[in-house]
Amino acid sequence: MAQDRKTTKTQELVYEMKVDQAMTRDVVTVGPETPMSRLREVFREQRISGAPVVDDDRLVGIISLEDFIEWLYAREENSVVGAKMTTDVDILFGDEPLVHAVSRFAESGFGRFAVVDRASGRLVGVITKGDVVAGLLRKLEVDYHEEEVHRYQAGRLLEDILAVGTTLCFEYQVEGQNFDRGGESASRLKRTLKGLGLDPGTVRRVAIAAYEAEMNVIVFTDGGRIDVRIDRDRITVDVADSGPGIPDIEKALQPGFSTAPQWVRDLGFGAGMGLDNIRNCSDDLEIESTPGEGTRVTITFLTGGASEAG
Amino acid sequence: MKLAEVVDELDLKVRTAGGALEREVRGGYASDLMSDVIAHAEPGYLWVTLQIHQNVVAVASLKELAGIVLVNGREPEEATVERAESENIPIMVSPLPAFDVIGQLYGLGMAGGTD
Repeated sequence: MAQDRKTTKTQELVYEMKVDQAMTRDVVTVGPETPMSRLREVFREQRISGAPVVDDDRLVGIISLEDFIEWLYAREENSVVGAKMTTDVDILFGDEPLVHAVSRFAESGFGRFAVVDRASGRLVGVITKGDVVAGLLRKLEVDYHEEEVHRYQAGRLLEDILAVGTTLCFEYQVEGQNFDRGGESASRLKRTLKGLGLDPGTVRRVAIAAYEAEMNVIVFTDGGRIDVRIDRDRITVDVADSGPGIPDIEKALQPGFSTAPQWVRDLGFGAGMGLDNIRNCSDDLEIESTPGEGTRVTITFLTGGASEAG
Repeated sequence: MKLAEVVDELDLKVRTAGGALEREVRGGYASDLMSDVIAHAEPGYLWVTLQIHQNVVAVASLKELAGIVLVNGREPEEATVERAESENIPIMVSPLPAFDVIGQLYGLGMAGGTD
């Protein structure tokens, strides 16, 4: 799937980028008055097999290695480039989308096109297939870098907000007895924390604790509320319900102790491990409960270089 | 090992999220208790269970598991399939009991909880 996305991105870029963004600007040119005998040096020194012919900055033709060989074969000593060049030149304009260059390469089989400024008719560069590939890679790299910077800044934004003493709060309602929506609040919270750019380990710990607390609310109560508070150095998850309360908190904290009915256990819940899991992945767990009135569980995670439990 | 290879080797029937079969399986865990899985499974693990209700998807997603293998030919509930599709959690079915499925996985060199 990642591959599909990349292809789409490249296709998008081929339409978005212009020919003059990928072309080579530093072009070796010759004039129409250049003697053919000089081409040997030009081609050899520059390691090229052809050059645009420019007169007063305007493109007037193109001279290739093939033209040079023809000239050698004909043994016409004193010719100039202007007399031997191809004047019917295929060109691209600098403001054309790169996709035009791609299709022209495919159609014509040529290795390079001269690029001309549409308004002035001046030669501004040359484009080869290699330039297209290199141009796309360069653009992909720039985009990727921008995305990285953006991500980094998003992370910093949260830091900056919290540094000035601001607190972020999120609230989730949990419907009691509704197993179909089990874990929904925890998943939403997990997505939110991830989106804020919090470190993945912390996100996982908070999500696990929120999930266990949410399931407790669903299994044992008629509903409740999860309040999440993000401060500079900690995340606090506060879960409150309005009954039935826990008669013996010490006992409830013992791994394996459960008061869940059989049908809940058949679903794989109520194994008596929930509170234990919360305790293991958090830095602090406080439970206040009054039978008949309700329970309030406060879970704290230290984030300023906090321990990596669970 | 890729999930797709595990599916091939064990001849599992894929019920959802075929697109995520390229995922790497890092190990496995077997349990029918949600909190047990939450406590002990690691991200990238394959989960072997007989639970077929949609909460398995929530747990798998929470723990970022590679996928769920249902044993004894138990088919996922409709709501489970829907939720798995939206959370992109692959669910596979094996006709064999858990003991045999886990044995096969172990035979492929897969282990769990030892790292």
